[in-house]
Amino acid sequence: MDLKDWFANRKKNNETAQAKQILSTEEYCALWISCFQCRELLYTRDLRQNLQVCPKCHYHFRIGALDRIEHLSDANSFCETEANLISSDPLKFFDTLSYEDRLKEANQKSGLKEAIITGTCTIQGRPTCLAAMDFGYFGGSMGSVVGEKITRIIELALEQRLPLIIISSSGGARMQEGILSLMQLAKTSAALKKLHDSAILYISVLTEPTFGGVTASFAMLGDIIIAEPGARIGFAGRRVIEQTIRQKLPADFQTAEYLLKHGQIDMVIERAKLPQTIANLIDLHSLDCHQPKPKAIAKTPLKTH
Amino acid sequence: MTTGKLPPLEFELPLANLNTQIEALERQLPNNPALEQEIFELHKQYDNLKRSIYGNLRAIDRLAIARHPQRPYTRDYLDRFDPDWIELHGDRHGVDDPAMVCGLLKLGDYRVLIVGTQKGRNIREKQLCNFGMPQPEGYRKALRCFKHAEKFNLPIVTLIDTPGAYPGMTAEEHNQAQAIAYNLFELANLKVPIISVILGEGGSGGALAIGLTNTILMLENSVYSVISPEGCASILWRQPTKVQEACESMKITAQENKDLGIIDDIIEEPLGGAHHNWNLIAKTTQNYIIKHLDKLNLENDIVEHRTRKFRKIGCFKD
Repeated sequence: MDLKDWFANRKKNNETAQAKQILSTEEYCALWISCFQCRELLYTRDLRQNLQVCPKCHYHFRIGALDRIEHLSDANSFCETEANLISSDPLKFFDTLSYEDRLKEANQKSGLKEAIITGTCTIQGRPTCLAAMDFGYFGGSMGSVVGEKITRIIELALEQRLPLIIISSSGGARMQEGILSLMQLAKTSAALKKLHDSAILYISVLTEPTFGGVTASFAMLGDIIIAEPGARIGFAGRRVIEQTIRQKLPADFQTAEYLLKHGQIDMVIERAKLPQTIANLIDLHSLDCHQPKPKAIAKTPLKTH
Repeated sequence: MTTGKLPPLEFELPLANLNTQIEALERQLPNNPALEQEIFELHKQYDNLKRSIYGNLRAIDRLAIARHPQRPYTRDYLDRFDPDWIELHGDRHGVDDPAMVCGLLKLGDYRVLIVGTQKGRNIREKQLCNFGMPQPEGYRKALRCFKHAEKFNLPIVTLIDTPGAYPGMTAEEHNQAQAIAYNLFELANLKVPIISVILGEGGSGGALAIGLTNTILMLENSVYSVISPEGCASILWRQPTKVQEACESMKITAQENKDLGIIDDIIEEPLGGAHHNWNLIAKTTQNYIIKHLDKLNLENDIVEHRTRKFRKIGCFKD
């Protein structure tokens, strides 16, 4: 190497080292976020402390499965099940990228192995089976693994007679697994039927967004269905409907509040109140707490005249 | 009914061209008997071409046959299975969806309930049936009839030919997703044997809502998929023209569904598709259904048989 080159290189290295000390634009952006609804500029750490809910307009940002579990379950109580179940590529699917590449991409983006995490935990001291979907992995889509993990957590709830909570967030069935994805609707619904017949409580929590094959199976089969404020929930997507009926839809169409008005869900509960609400519901359905026995009615002899 | 002259599908064009050529020569034949040899050769060529075209259908060609406007629909089958079939109407909650047809009939020695989606033949019928896309009320009507069949111990046959559940504003307000989910939920536990036949299009949740059955049969040229190939093309390729690629990638044909272990049997169609001979395809379908009902009769626990079938479906690494 020429001595001149060596000096030139050293200068360049110094410059990049200096640039590193100053925060890049992206790093600045990561500190601040503008609320999607009211455009208020929010400090991300504050937002995180507020459970990713805008303090000004109460817009509920999407949160991932891990954050969801951390928020709902008691500290250190969560025990993951079926952590090693991962997708294979049964159809050798290829669009503009192969399915295998897309899986790797989803894994890098979200740090997750699949679009759902399942396990057991306690919620305010009450033992439950919990499943949380993550929209950040492959749009939360349901393929064989999501279907299988849901089915296994249902079977676990049935075996251990624990209440089941599923937090849904999904764009629907995963197209890259074709018909196998569609059959997961059947598999999960059939498993829920068994749970239902054993009178075990299943609470379905719908979060932004829940659509397609997920609403058309386990998400809409809850004994109790709760939705987060503003969450968009439906079967067909808004654009598909607008194209089909050739007219504009109301702005609040398919929101949690719209669904409540149309009798499709039991309640809309803000994020901060969710753990308490679930705990209360579990208590109200608990089979251990017997109802007071009906008071004996004093027999009065039939009066005959 | 054997339909008269049908406009050729895209892949049938070479065949149609050859046919016009033969017909033109045949018209000249009385004046020029020397043409006979040439016509004979062309006929041979025609038969070969026909065999090679219909023997090598691509998924997109089968999709075209499955959507053929002259393809027999649910009502055409019902009329041929039992001309005296009795239709049941309504969901008992205010609506009767014509896109879902329910009827009681005799199928060979069996008394059965048949529930199927109906596309509609002319414009008026098509509009009434939403082009074969049922409303939530249609699925609830189907479920009411399923319960009826269970009560009277009648086997159920479902005939599926739908692009999907109807994506409309009132359909969403009346909870289309719940209607489908609840059908799956209840179908899983019905105490009678259930067989489904995909007649044409098996479109996503709209098809599955009457397709969670003990035995699934598909007509040779029918398709069954998680989303319409057009929908898949516009979402994944962002180009609606990539339909052929979507068809190939998603594995939608009867043979591919059988290889994946989803369906149980394939019902062969007349050469070129079911629309060439309605009576024949109705007869063949009836024979297949009876054969599989006989088989299901040997099962001890019909509910367990059904749930086990779906419990196994899925492909993953553990």
